[in-house]
Amino acid sequence: MVAASARLWKTSPLTYIALVIGVLASIYPFYYMFVIATRSLDAINSVPPPITPGDAFGANFQRVLDNDAANFVKGIVNSVIVSTVVTVAVVLTGTLAGFAFAKLRFRGRGALLLLTIVTMMVPTQLGLIPLWGMMQELNWYDTLYAVTVPFLVSAFGVFMMRQYATQAVSDELIEAARVDGCSTLRIYWNVVLPALRPAAAVLGLLTFMDTWNQFLWPYAVLTNDNPTLQVSLAFLSYAYYTDYAQVFAATAVGTVPLLLVFVFFGRQIIGGIMEGAVKS
Amino acid sequence: MALATPARPAPSPPAKPHRHRSTRGAKRARWDMKYSPYLYIAPFFVVFGIFGFYPMLRTAWMSLHDWDLIGEHTFIGFDNYAALLQDEYFWNSVVNTLGIFVVATVPQLALALFLANLLNRTQLRGKTLFRMAIFVPNITSVAAVAIVFAMIFQRDFGVANWLLSLVGVDPIDWDAQRWSSWIAIAFMVDWRWTGYNALILLAGMQAIPRDLYEAAALDGANQWRQFWRITLPMLTPTFVFVVLLSTFGGLQLFTEPLVFGNGNMRGGTQREFQTVAMYMYEKGINSLNTAGYGAAIAWALFVLIGIIAAINLAVVRRTVK
Repeated sequence: MVAASARLWKTSPLTYIALVIGVLASIYPFYYMFVIATRSLDAINSVPPPITPGDAFGANFQRVLDNDAANFVKGIVNSVIVSTVVTVAVVLTGTLAGFAFAKLRFRGRGALLLLTIVTMMVPTQLGLIPLWGMMQELNWYDTLYAVTVPFLVSAFGVFMMRQYATQAVSDELIEAARVDGCSTLRIYWNVVLPALRPAAAVLGLLTFMDTWNQFLWPYAVLTNDNPTLQVSLAFLSYAYYTDYAQVFAATAVGTVPLLLVFVFFGRQIIGGIMEGAVKS
Repeated sequence: MALATPARPAPSPPAKPHRHRSTRGAKRARWDMKYSPYLYIAPFFVVFGIFGFYPMLRTAWMSLHDWDLIGEHTFIGFDNYAALLQDEYFWNSVVNTLGIFVVATVPQLALALFLANLLNRTQLRGKTLFRMAIFVPNITSVAAVAIVFAMIFQRDFGVANWLLSLVGVDPIDWDAQRWSSWIAIAFMVDWRWTGYNALILLAGMQAIPRDLYEAAALDGANQWRQFWRITLPMLTPTFVFVVLLSTFGGLQLFTEPLVFGNGNMRGGTQREFQTVAMYMYEKGINSLNTAGYGAAIAWALFVLIGIIAAINLAVVRRTVK
């Protein structure tokens, strides 16, 4: 049997060649981004296009910093604030509600859970225009409230935590804690949250990256006076589309934090995504 | 919740304080069991209700009005929808959205399936590294992807035209024609999503019991046959999931064509690549006094997503049988 299965999934050199081509296609645009970001404009505007990095990154990025129209630094600070707040909130509200749905008995639990799942399938763009109007009424236009408050909860987060809590938290443990006189909130904090940690970490990573990369909504409610990083990049690329070196220097700087997150936590992120796929 | 932990009683056996708390403690515990769950799910429902559900309903209400987002509004029934059906720019955006969706999704899913099948080999070395490498495009922001690919598809100094020139093709002005802009945008979408979908499909493949393959091998089925007869049928649920995900994302396409066209909400001088989402934005937010019309576009988009998702489901179910 071992021999049969070994033959079934054998890897030929062709397998590796095809995969390496796939990997190169994945990596090349990153490489290209750093090449352009480190080249002078003359080198970029030449045929054939440059294929090796240069030494002009400092000068290119200096132009980004000197550029009052893009507010790039403010964009980075804003993105860090917004992504952090949203991540913490989504993990807290997601674990809290996920725990309740998985382990507590209450009337209407099934119906409410179903409602949560249904909300995941509704396209976000459906409410875009009235939400924009609401931001005007609340005086949140061009403030960080507009890009933070509506995203403090996530149906996906609730559902993911519910799925994980169902199998990762044992009912016996909860019962034991109750017998010891723990309130439900204490049980959440001392028993459930520690047990949910691996899944909560993945949810946190996914939420952070997702928030960091948000575009449509921030673009609708923020201006270049108070942008997030992505909005700043967009304005930069519209206004300076002839100065690719500057735009690419900014884009590279905006991408590096995500690459770092991925280098350290990529395994967990991929594991979380693949597990989620099988379960749902 | 500080009330829940009263001052610790003097050292006494743990059983006693329990009985001591008697009625008040028991009542609180009952209340805790019965009602606190609602407290825990409340944050989600309150925030989603205000910023998710309510705007959706209001979109429907707005679409029945001549509505100025920062001014007056009057009820006009279904006039917005009637106008929409006659609006050539709307149908143009529908054609663009569906066109880009097909051009992007068909090769993307085929490629993802191919990559997943390669990554599913048991003896493959460097599995984790390969997986991470094909997934890494997905972590970049759409804005960054669009900026980088706009340069790759730039007319004079872009890599795409340079590569084509090596095989004797004249430079293409990618954002000036419908077909070429669709291809450029499809590249952006596929670069970001192929690896992601490959990993989802891989997860589905790994859930298929291996003895199925072993039995087929004993019956003399070769690898290709096994792929068609075992892998694909068993993979149907995962494939449906991937197709639906691509449909939801693809039909709401916005950022790639917007940044590719340098922020022009019309998507090219002749609206060559304006998507429905962009048209909604143009009508609903760029010009505030047609917000009611924009809201009608939003619901039309929702219906469109529903229709296409249903069609895709039917096609997948029928093909893989």
